[in-house]
Order: sequence, then structure tokens, then C-alpha cells
Amino acid sequence: MQLPVYMDHAATTPCDPRVVEAMLPYFTEHFGNPGSRNHAFGWKAEEAVDTARQQVADLLGADRKEIVFTSGATESNNIAIKGAAYMYANAPAGGTKRGHIISSPIEHKAVLDPVKRLEKEGFDVTLIDPRQDGITTAEMVKDAMRDDTILVSIMWANNEIGTINEIPEIGKLCHERGVLFHTDATQWAGKMPVDVIADGVDLLSMSGHKIYGPKGVGALYVRRRKPRVRLHALTDGGGQERNFRSGTLNVTGIVGLGKACEIAKAEMDADRERLLALREKLEARVTKELDVVQINGHAEKRLPHLTNISFGFVEGEGLMMACKDVAMSSGSACTSASLEPSYVLKGLGVGDELAHSSLRLSFGRWTTEEEVDFATDYIINGVKKLRELSPLYDMHNEGIDITKIEWAAH
Amino acid sequence: MAYSEKVIDHYDNPRNVGNFGTGKEVKDRSDIGVGLVGAPECGDVMQLQIKVNEENGVIEDAKFKCFGCGSAIASSSLATEWLKGRTLDEGMALRNTEIVEELSLPPVKIHCSVLAEDAIKAAIKDYKAKHGA
Repeated sequence: MQLPVYMDHAATTPCDPRVVEAMLPYFTEHFGNPGSRNHAFGWKAEEAVDTARQQVADLLGADRKEIVFTSGATESNNIAIKGAAYMYANAPAGGTKRGHIISSPIEHKAVLDPVKRLEKEGFDVTLIDPRQDGITTAEMVKDAMRDDTILVSIMWANNEIGTINEIPEIGKLCHERGVLFHTDATQWAGKMPVDVIADGVDLLSMSGHKIYGPKGVGALYVRRRKPRVRLHALTDGGGQERNFRSGTLNVTGIVGLGKACEIAKAEMDADRERLLALREKLEARVTKELDVVQINGHAEKRLPHLTNISFGFVEGEGLMMACKDVAMSSGSACTSASLEPSYVLKGLGVGDELAHSSLRLSFGRWTTEEEVDFATDYIINGVKKLRELSPLYDMHNEGIDITKIEWAAH
Repeated sequence: MAYSEKVIDHYDNPRNVGNFGTGKEVKDRSDIGVGLVGAPECGDVMQLQIKVNEENGVIEDAKFKCFGCGSAIASSSLATEWLKGRTLDEGMALRNTEIVEELSLPPVKIHCSVLAEDAIKAAIKDYKAKHGA
């Protein structure tokens, strides 16, 4: 086993060697520009892009004409949200001039910030607070809807805590109300099944590097039928990708994304079951061997390969230092000097009690049971070590309520 | 962020961890002084206890507990090492800059050394208060 062990697959994944192999000829031998219509170099590149487009479409249950290649999920989100808002800005007959957009405060920044920009530009925005368990329901979206709502953007699964929102139900609701539905499926697509028709999705963002493909490439699904979604282009130029996204296609990246989607479709069921068993083993041991821990998010409706755990009376940066042989992500729910507080955890009310810190572990295709066992031991020992040092843990055990002490903030 | 070797050493092998009793137990002991500084919401809390020879005013032993980052743990660990064998006045004279220098703390971690100095002063003041000073 090589150290440190990698437990941060929600941040990025290694490229599958099969993906790299598929990409290689398109750097050197088949280097053509798919926009070159007059010679074999261009045709060869175009053929590769067509194949990849079909592979992505197959993963999503879409038609290949509905796939737009982008530089990643951030760009997909920007094109979907801003592109739809600008296109449908004049449609509403309600109280606002430009229309109403619904989203959630625990979306990724690549959704939240475009939505906030639109708000500054005169759109009305409602951010629905999720339930305490992290889930946004169709009922909550329904309550937020207005006559002039033009777009709903709710992520499929949350990147920090892995909770799964009510996507088919929200999609169905949006279609009943004639509202466009965008979902950021960066953490979902390629890991869990997608059927854009049955799930009622109009716009879907996904990324290559989260599913064992290369970085710098992603896709946006844009529905062509019932309804036919139109978008205002954000990048003007050569008119590639049906005018949605100008710019010479990243052929090698696109080939890699396509291959990654093909592999994901074939292997996701087996991966998912294996990783869920590993996650359950880790969570069972951590909750058995440590007190004052909390698994964040809904107990079942969570991604199988991801867990987010809060530990009481342990400081976040100290905890990361205690766990340096495990590569994972930390989110402090409190404002420690060097760790940004997690707006997702804060949004759920985690850390309202003082002095909690949280770890996110996310497994991947090559995560072994040995690695998970190692990480589990490592975290348990790290927390125990820090608690031996923690005056707050002592006070907790002596029955002192640390929220009642008058601390001198410094 | 890269920590200095000395910080890592104190973090991996913290000196003098513990206490001479719970808050309640040491409250009435005239040979013990306690300092509790920082705040959980700021991410640092230090607890320092000193055991003083009441005859000559020399700090015979010191124990700490710390909730905080590696630099905070190292600063308080170092403080306990330095306090042992010093008189109360010598303890009072310790400055945070000496801790910064010894541990090579970067600018963003200077507050950890300040907190350690505060903890030392608070513990000595607590001891003195018990002796009517």
C-alpha cells in the first residue's frame, strides 16, 4: 500500500489507463481539427468526436445531438444557467421584468455564483434552504415557484455531504409548470444511473475528471424535445457545438471523456455496491469506536462512495495534521484561523455547537478494503490523540457545557 | 502548509500533556495556578496549569492541554518546557517572540504564540491571586 492513501475522489479521480490509451493517438497521429471539412485529418477528428458524443449520450439516456462539449462542469453550469436566463428573460408575465430563478444555498460555487450574478443583473432569485438532512425536495421547490419562474437549478448530489436530491420529482414538477430544470450532476453522472427523459432533466452538467477521465473537459446536456431548450451563447466565435460554445474542440479531452463514460456505464453497478460496503464498514467503526461523532446528511439518501463526518472537540487543522497519510478533504464548521468554514455544513446547522470539525472521504474505482481500513484506523487514532490533548473534551466529560463559558474571543 | 521540524516534533511528541486535576479539584489548591485562554469559535483554546513551590516561588512543574492547530499545540508544549525551573517573575518575563523564534512560526501562526504567552500570564496571575497578590 502506497502512502498517502487517496480518499478524495469527489475532488478529482486518476485517469483510467484505458482512457489514456484511447486519447493518445489524437495528440500525435490524428491531430486534426474537426472543423476542417476538406481533408482526412479533419474527418478523422470529427469521427472521434462523434463517437465520444454518442458515448456521453448513452450514459445519460440522451440523443447525441443533445450533448455540448465544454471545458468542464463549471463552464457547463455557466452556459446552462446564464444562457437560459438571458434567453428566457422576456418570457415571464409575473411580478418581475426579467424572471425568477430557484436554486439552493448549498449548491457548488459554480452554480451559486452565476445565479448571484444574475440576481445583480435584475433577476429575482430564491435560494431554498435544504432540510436538516441536506435534501431539497420537490415539495420545497413547488412552494418556491411563481408565475414568472423561468429556471430551477438543483444539484443531483451534493459534493460535500453526498446527499441526493429529489431529481425525478423536481424534474416532473418543472415540466408540469413549464419551467426549465437544470441539474449539476458532477458528483452523480458516471457514478449513478441517469435517464434524462425519465428524470425530467432539461439541462445537465457533468465533468470528465470526476469519472476517471481527463481534466479540462466536460459536457452539457441540452434537451431538444419537449421542450426544445434554447440558450443564449456566452462565447462567440466559430459557432462550434451548435453555436452553444464556440472554440476549437478539445479532441483528445473529448475522446477521453467519451471513453470514461463508456467504462462508467459498464462498471458503475459493480463499483457502487463495492464502495457502499466499504463506506458502511468505515462509518460503523468510526461511530462505534468514537463518541461525539456525527455522520452528516441523510442516513440512506447519500452517494455510496462518499462520507462526511463531524468530530466534536477536535480542531480541523490539527486533525488534518494528525491524518497526513490519508489524502482527504476537511471542512471546518467553525471559523478556525486557517480553514474556511464550510457554507454547506453551516447551511445544515452542523457546527452550531462549538468546536466541531469535519472530514470528507470519497472512494473510487481502485480504492481497496486495505486502504479503507488503514484510513479508518488512522482517523480514529488521530481523533483520540487530539482529544487526549483537548481541554474541551475534558470539560465535556466533566459535564461542563462549553457554550456556557465566557470565552475571550481573540 | 509546511510546518517547521520543531513544530512537528512537539506535535508528534507533545511534552507535559495533562493536568494536576480537574478544574474543580485544583481550584482550592494553593500551589496550583491555572490559565484558560482562547475561544472555541476561534479554533484555539489553551489550558495551562503550573505547580509552584510555595517556599521559593519556583515553578516546579507545568502541564497543558490544547484544542488547536499544530502550531498552537507546539507553542503550549514549548511553554511548559520553558516554565519548569523558572521563578514566577522569570515566567512573567517570557515573550511570545521567543516562541516564534524557537519554533520558526510563520506570520499567520503568530497568534498561537501570543495565546501561549497569555496562558502563561493567566496561570501565574491565578496563582498569585490565590496568595492575595
